Amino acid sequence: MSYLFVVLSAVLVNNVVFVRILGLCPFMGVSKKLETALGMGMATTFVLTIASGTSYLIDHYLLAPFDLAYLRTLAFIVVIAAIVQITELVIHKTSPMLQQVLGIYLPLITTNCAVLGIPLLSAGLGYGLLESLLFGFGSAAGFTLALILFAGIRERLEGADVPLPFRGVPIAMMTAGFMSLAFMGFAGLDRFH
Amino acid sequence: MIQRLFRFRGGIEPPPHKQESSAAPIRPAPLPPKLVVPLIQSSRGSARTIVTVGDKVLKGQCIGEPEDAGGTAIHAPTSGTVTEIGRYPMAHPSGLASLAIVLEPDGEERWITPEPLDPAHASREELLLRIQASGIVGMGGAVFPSHIKIGKDAAVETLLINGAECEPWITCDDRLMRERAADIVAGAKILHQLNGARRILIGIEDNKPEAIAAMAAAAQESRSGDKAGVNVEVVPIPTRYPAGGEKQLIRVLTGIEVPAGKIASDFGVQCFNVGTAHAVCRALAHGEAMISRIVTVTGNVERPGNYEVLLGTPVSSLLALCGVRPGTNRTLMGGPMMGFALPSLDAPITKGSNCIIAASPALFPPPPPEQACIRCGTCARACPIGLQPFELYWASRAKRFDDAAGRYHIFDCIECGCCAYVCPAHIPLIDYFRFAKSEIRARDEEHKAADQARARFESRAARLEREKAEKAARLAAKAAETRASLAAGDTALIAAAAQRTQAQAPDNATTTPDPT
Amino acid sequence: MLSWASPDWIVSTKHAPPIRYGSGPARLTGPDFLQPMLAALIVMTGIALALGAALGYAAFHFKVEGNPIAEQIDALLPQTQCAQCGYPGCKPYAEAVASGEAEINLCTPGGDDGARKLSELLGREFKPRGVTVEKLKTVALIDEQTCIGCTLCIQACPVDAIVGSAKQMHTVVSRICTGCELCLPPCPVDCIALVEEPRTPQNWRWKYPATGLKVVA
Repeated sequence: MSYLFVVLSAVLVNNVVFVRILGLCPFMGVSKKLETALGMGMATTFVLTIASGTSYLIDHYLLAPFDLAYLRTLAFIVVIAAIVQITELVIHKTSPMLQQVLGIYLPLITTNCAVLGIPLLSAGLGYGLLESLLFGFGSAAGFTLALILFAGIRERLEGADVPLPFRGVPIAMMTAGFMSLAFMGFAGLDRFH
Repeated sequence: MIQRLFRFRGGIEPPPHKQESSAAPIRPAPLPPKLVVPLIQSSRGSARTIVTVGDKVLKGQCIGEPEDAGGTAIHAPTSGTVTEIGRYPMAHPSGLASLAIVLEPDGEERWITPEPLDPAHASREELLLRIQASGIVGMGGAVFPSHIKIGKDAAVETLLINGAECEPWITCDDRLMRERAADIVAGAKILHQLNGARRILIGIEDNKPEAIAAMAAAAQESRSGDKAGVNVEVVPIPTRYPAGGEKQLIRVLTGIEVPAGKIASDFGVQCFNVGTAHAVCRALAHGEAMISRIVTVTGNVERPGNYEVLLGTPVSSLLALCGVRPGTNRTLMGGPMMGFALPSLDAPITKGSNCIIAASPALFPPPPPEQACIRCGTCARACPIGLQPFELYWASRAKRFDDAAGRYHIFDCIECGCCAYVCPAHIPLIDYFRFAKSEIRARDEEHKAADQARARFESRAARLEREKAEKAARLAAKAAETRASLAAGDTALIAAAAQRTQAQAPDNATTTPDPT
Repeated sequence: MLSWASPDWIVSTKHAPPIRYGSGPARLTGPDFLQPMLAALIVMTGIALALGAALGYAAFHFKVEGNPIAEQIDALLPQTQCAQCGYPGCKPYAEAVASGEAEINLCTPGGDDGARKLSELLGREFKPRGVTVEKLKTVALIDEQTCIGCTLCIQACPVDAIVGSAKQMHTVVSRICTGCELCLPPCPVDCIALVEEPRTPQNWRWKYPATGLKVVA
């Protein structure tokens, strides 16, 4: 049951974008169209899940035995960057279809702070391997959810009667703020626990 | 047999305004001083003129033959002289000009000798050719060439004859069915012979009892006429706009919902307008090509009614016949739902012109000011196709054409106008959809042109490359040949040449040091 | 026990092992100070070497030929082949953009709209040039009375839209012509002009519905 809590809390209650305020760069940048938002979300889910697992292994079997926890940030970012690059190369060669979907988003993920933040958080929370994986997957699913919701709204905003000074990014920022407020409401789920 | 009826989704019930023009019988419109016959008379292609300026033509004589298999022929609506072949404004919302043959009637109305074709003794190919050569297109307004539709190799189970005439104000099909029911049934039987359907259903909206009675009588007569005949049945259908839309009528009468991207023939149904059936009968049984059609003239006029109008008659002369009342501010071609305002009254009547409405602010009050769309969804409930007009509106408005076409299927929209009719915010939705559709079409054309240009550029580059390589190869071969002949012992030749030079300029040879 | 709404979403030190620099009390002298630093150096170098090797292997083993991005750019270009960008055609320009050596706003027929599409595809900054493409499509038209049949325009045409042979009259196949204007300079008698494609009911477009001023109150 606690595994389910890990996932659900990562998706809704502690949504990586709206509550933790992580990964805002791709959130604002790749949310103009629903299709690209979906592609970015899928790519992030893929990378973040792998990164969480790998980071746990690095942390647990390499850094911890040598008391090098203070090197987490450095070690994780190097590992994540390399994983993203290798994944891109492999996908490029082996699966042209997947490359079409994820292709241009994969390199962008290297600089997505959520991908670094989530493994750091799960290391800080002392999660085990499975929990880390689930936490990474859940957070990425929350990221995808936020991205898709936001892209859907932004597509509609494009045709809406927005006052001139607010057109484009300003109204998007305000929308993101309102969505963040809405997601804060999930904190109430705690009551039923 | 009691026909079970079905319901199509959505739809509206606007005030019919049929009685204004349906009372009087069809009258022939008099000859205008000049007829302008456009070369484009079908949705699938134009015709090529086969007459020249100064030619005398007879009524019903072919003056333009189809350019390709999709085109249909056009004919002289009366006897007279071809005075010009030029560009004339068309009955089109743009008012732009396209090629037309101008005919000056001689007033004699001399027919070309008709050559009827007995359907009982003609092959399918002959009949199809005759339909094409008689210039028969769908008379409901879409002007799709009939020979293509009926010539499809499809297993047709039901032949539908569309007499629904659901759009307000229009009564031309109503009068046609009342007065020429026998011809319509005969035409339907010829069409039936061509597609081999099991049954013929004639769908008529139940607000036209006289037409239903007349058609039922004609169907009865045809049944008693031939024993082994097919089952011709007249089915009254509930009055609900747009029951006369092809897919809607098919739904009502057969229960089949033709999905997006498919045509009715895929589902064993073919649907023809009563006017088309009538024209098929005239063309085959009487040998008369399509040179006229019934046009309803109504609205703000003294004498509304239906007229048999020669194709090419200017709208203005037709309106003059009916006496336009003061206060008319624009003239609509087609009905108030799907029609458009004519930019010029000189535009000629074509095969698809079913109705002319003189509109006045009293009859058609200008719409209240447009308000913001709040996505109330009223339009979605009214849409007979099951689209989401408000989504289409937002996409078209923001010029997000990929979404309009791909996600919200704008090209399934039949522009029936139900959504705009019910919109509580009075948004001219159809105007937005027409805009988006023409933009998407133009963009697709551009893409096609760009693809063609790319292919031509690349093949030219390849050709230049090849020519360069060939030239290089040729030069190399030549050089190799020279070198080979040198090596083969033509040294004597060189020696002789050297001797010659020395003999000619012995001084030079000795005084000038060898540069090498 | 995990709470659904854990308040400690800032990195918490509750569950985490305390960060220690070396074992035992830290001393700033002697080889003991070097020991944790050495460990860090070795571990990080190890990670870097391993990942570097893996990346190198992947780059070598999963190498892909071709540049699909150039194709995507080419698909967005108008294919006028007018060479106004400074490259001999649309494909070469697409390749130049893909390799990063060309700006994305050099295409004149594509205008600002085209440049904006490229910027969306490539994530590169859009710089307007103030070129709009609202003008009608134009095609070249040869004045056949004046043409001397020199074939120079035929050689200049990037899409082979001009037909004719030496000392014979030439003509433009207007259906294929892209209106690139490349045939204008070579003509020795200036008999080529660009004309607008006539508007017909077939290529006419519906206007954007004009929304009048709204009546407030």
